[in-house]
Amino acid sequence: MSSSSSSDEERRWVPLRSRPEFSDVIPVEQDDGPNPVVPITYKEEFRETMDYFRALYKADERSLRALHLTSEAIQFNPGNYTVWHFRRLVLEALNHDLHDELALTEHIARGNSKNYQLWHHRRWVAEKLGTSATTEELRFTKNILSIDAKHYHAWSHRQWVLQALGGWEDELDYCQQLLEEDIFNNSAWNQRYFVITRSPFLGGLKAMRESEVCYTLNGIVARPENESSWRYLRGLYKDDNSSWVNNPQISSVCLEILNAKTNCVFALSTLLDLISHGFQPSQEFTDAVDALRISDSEQRDSDVAKAACFVLESVDPFRANYWQWYKNKHFQNA
Amino acid sequence: MEFPVATKTQHEQWTVENLVFRKYNLFEDLPHHAQTLMLELRRDEHIEYLMRGLRGLPASFSVLDANSRPWMCYWILHSLALLGELVDDELENNTIDFLSRCQDPNGGYGGGPGQMPHLATTYAAVNSLITLGGHKALSSINRRELYTFLRRMKQPSGGFRMHDAGEIDVRACYTAISVASVLNILDHELVDNVGSYILSCQTYEGGISGEPGSEAHGGYTFCGLATMILINEVNCLDLPRLIDWLVFRQGKECGFQGRTNKLVDGCYSFWQGGAFALLQRIPSVSEEQIVLPDVGHCTLDTSHTSTTSRISEVGNSSEGTSSQVDDTGGFRQEGLKVPFPVNYNDIGYDFINRSVEMKPLFHAIALQRYILLCTQAENGGLIDKPGKSRDFYHTCYCLSGLSICQHICSDADSPVLPRAVSGPYSNLLEPIHPLFNVVLDQYHEAREFFTTHRAPFNSEVLH
Repeated sequence: MSSSSSSDEERRWVPLRSRPEFSDVIPVEQDDGPNPVVPITYKEEFRETMDYFRALYKADERSLRALHLTSEAIQFNPGNYTVWHFRRLVLEALNHDLHDELALTEHIARGNSKNYQLWHHRRWVAEKLGTSATTEELRFTKNILSIDAKHYHAWSHRQWVLQALGGWEDELDYCQQLLEEDIFNNSAWNQRYFVITRSPFLGGLKAMRESEVCYTLNGIVARPENESSWRYLRGLYKDDNSSWVNNPQISSVCLEILNAKTNCVFALSTLLDLISHGFQPSQEFTDAVDALRISDSEQRDSDVAKAACFVLESVDPFRANYWQWYKNKHFQNA
Repeated sequence: MEFPVATKTQHEQWTVENLVFRKYNLFEDLPHHAQTLMLELRRDEHIEYLMRGLRGLPASFSVLDANSRPWMCYWILHSLALLGELVDDELENNTIDFLSRCQDPNGGYGGGPGQMPHLATTYAAVNSLITLGGHKALSSINRRELYTFLRRMKQPSGGFRMHDAGEIDVRACYTAISVASVLNILDHELVDNVGSYILSCQTYEGGISGEPGSEAHGGYTFCGLATMILINEVNCLDLPRLIDWLVFRQGKECGFQGRTNKLVDGCYSFWQGGAFALLQRIPSVSEEQIVLPDVGHCTLDTSHTSTTSRISEVGNSSEGTSSQVDDTGGFRQEGLKVPFPVNYNDIGYDFINRSVEMKPLFHAIALQRYILLCTQAENGGLIDKPGKSRDFYHTCYCLSGLSICQHICSDADSPVLPRAVSGPYSNLLEPIHPLFNVVLDQYHEAREFFTTHRAPFNSEVLH
C-alpha cells in the first residue's frame, strides 16, 4: 500500500501507553458527549494517538516528543488542521530544522495530495526557508503536475512560490511544453496568463500581446473547438476593448472558421463580442453567418449580429436562453 | 492525412461522454412511462443512506474526522430537509449537543470537540443548526463570541483566514460573510475590503478563482458571487464576462464542469447552477437594457469605506475620486430606489423576495436529467458521475442543484409548474435560499429568530 520510507510505518505500532517517553502523560478523551451524531468508529491506534495529542495540546507542551506525536497524528489524519497548527507552534518554539517538513509533506502528498492543510503547511515552511527553497518547490509542484497537470493546489502553490521566491526564468517555457502535450489544458493557459502579466523578466501584458496573439491564433486555427485558447485570446485584451476590436487578425480568423463551417460556436460568440464593442462586419461576415443557418424556416435577419444569435440558438441549444438574452441585451435596438 | 493523437483532456472527456451517453441512449429508447420511472428520484433509498450516516460511520471515515463532522451534519441534515424529511427529537437533540461541543468558548466551531475554530466548520455548524430550526438549536449559537472570531479571522487586505494563522481564500470570505449575514451580525468592519479581494480573484476567463492568479473555478465562483451580493457590491464584478464563462460550463453531458475543459461533476449542479439562481435576481442582469461599452460603474478604489458609494445597484457611484474607471463594459443600472445607508443584514431577505423576471440562462431540464439519470447511486446517495462512489458531499450538492433547477422559474412564494420538474412531480424538493444554501422555510425561521434577538447580544442560554 504505502511505499513511504517513514520509519513509523515500518515499525510495528507500539501503543503510546507502553512508551516510556510518554509515561507521565494522562491521555484526554474526545469530548463527544453521551450520544454523538456522525460518530466515527475510530481504530484503536488512531484514538489513542489523538488522546495523547489532546493532552499535550491542552498543556501547550512545545517539545520534541510533541513534535513526533504530531507526525503520527498527521499520518492518521492529514486533514487535522489543529494538529498541523500545533506542529507549527512546536517547530517555532524548538527552532527546528524545517527541511524535514518538506519530506513530511511530500510523503503525505503521495497518499493524498488534495488536502488544504498540507499545502498550507508547505507554504508556511517555504516562506520561512526563503529563496533557498525555490528550486525544491518548483520541483515538487512540477512532480505533482506531471501526474495531474490540472492539480489546483499545486498550481496555486507554484504561483505563490514564483511571486514570493522567484524562479520565473523557465516558466513560460514550462507552459509551452505543457500546452504542446495537451493544448486543452486550461490550467496551463491560466499559468501562461499569469506569467505574461506578472513575470519581472517579461514586459507585461501590452508588451507581450502581439506575440501572444500570434501564438494563440495558431492554436485556435488548429483546434477551433478549444475553449481555452479563445478565452485566453479575449483575456489578452482585458481592459482594452478598442485594441480588441481593431485587430484585423482576430476577425479574420473568425471568418476563416465560420467559412469552414465546423466548430463555429466560439467563432460566432467572438464575432458577437466584437460587434458589441463596435466592430463593423463586412458583407463576407453576413454571408458566412447566413450560410450557417440550419434551415430556411429560421428567421432571416439582415442584421448580422441578430442572425448570429439565431444561429447560435440552433447550433448551441444548451445555451439557447443565453443567446436570446444576449441578443436582447446588446442588439435590441440595432 | 493526419490523425492527431487525442490529448489527455480529450481522452478523459470522451471516456466520460461514453459512460454518460450510454445512460442517455438507454433512456431515449424506453417508452414514455418507463422513462418517467427512470427519472424518479429514489427518495426512500437516499433517506435511508442519510439516516444511517447520521447515526454512525465506519473507521474509514477517520480521515474525514478533523474537518468534516460538522460538514457531515450539514450535508446530511440539509439533504434530508430538501427531501422534506424531519429528524426525530433524539437525533435533533444529539446533534445540537454535539455541535455545542464543537463550539469554541472564544467563538466559532471546530471540526470536532476540542478543535480550533475554523470558518468552514463554522459555516457547516451554523447551517446545520438553522436546518434543524427551533429555539434550542438557534439559541445554542454564541453570536457575540462568533462575531469576535470572525473579526479575528479578518485580514487587512480584505480577505479572511480559515483559522488562526490559516489559509486565506475566497471560500473563507464566503463562509464568514454568509454566517454573519444569516446571524444578523454582519457589519462594515467585516465587509471592509472584501469586495476588492474578490474582484482580484476574477480571472481573465470571467470566473472566480480561489486566490488571485489561480484558475477560474465553479466552487469559488459561487462563493465569490454570493459574497459580493451579500456585501452589496455585485455590480463591481464584470458580470457579462462571468456569465459568459458560466454558461459554457454546461457541456453536452448536460451537467456542469468546474473549470474549462475539465470533467462534469454532479456537485457543480449546485456551485454552477446556484450561481445562475443568484444571477437571475440581480436587476442589472435581468433587466433589458442597452449596454454602454466602456462605462465603468464601479471603481476599484477601496479607500472609501462608507456605504454612500455602495448604494445598491445605482450606477456610476464613484464620488469623483481619482481612481481608475473599470473598463468592464458592464451593465449600467439606473434609478433604483434603495434605502440608504445599506443594512447588510437585510440583503439576504430582500434578495429572496425579488421576483424572478428572466428565464434561466442555463438548461435546467438538461441538468435535472444529468442528476436523475447519472448521479443516483444504487442503494441510495448521489455521486459525482457514473463510475464514482457515493458520499454525503455529493448527495448534498446534487440534491441542492436539483432543487435549484426545479424552482428556477418560480418566485419564492409561487407554485412550481409541472413542466419545470423533470420526471414525476413527486421529485419536487424543498426550495432553498441560494445565497446560503439552506432550505427556505428554515432560513425564514432563522431570520425571524435572529432579528428578534438582535445585537447587542444577549447571552443566549440553552435550556
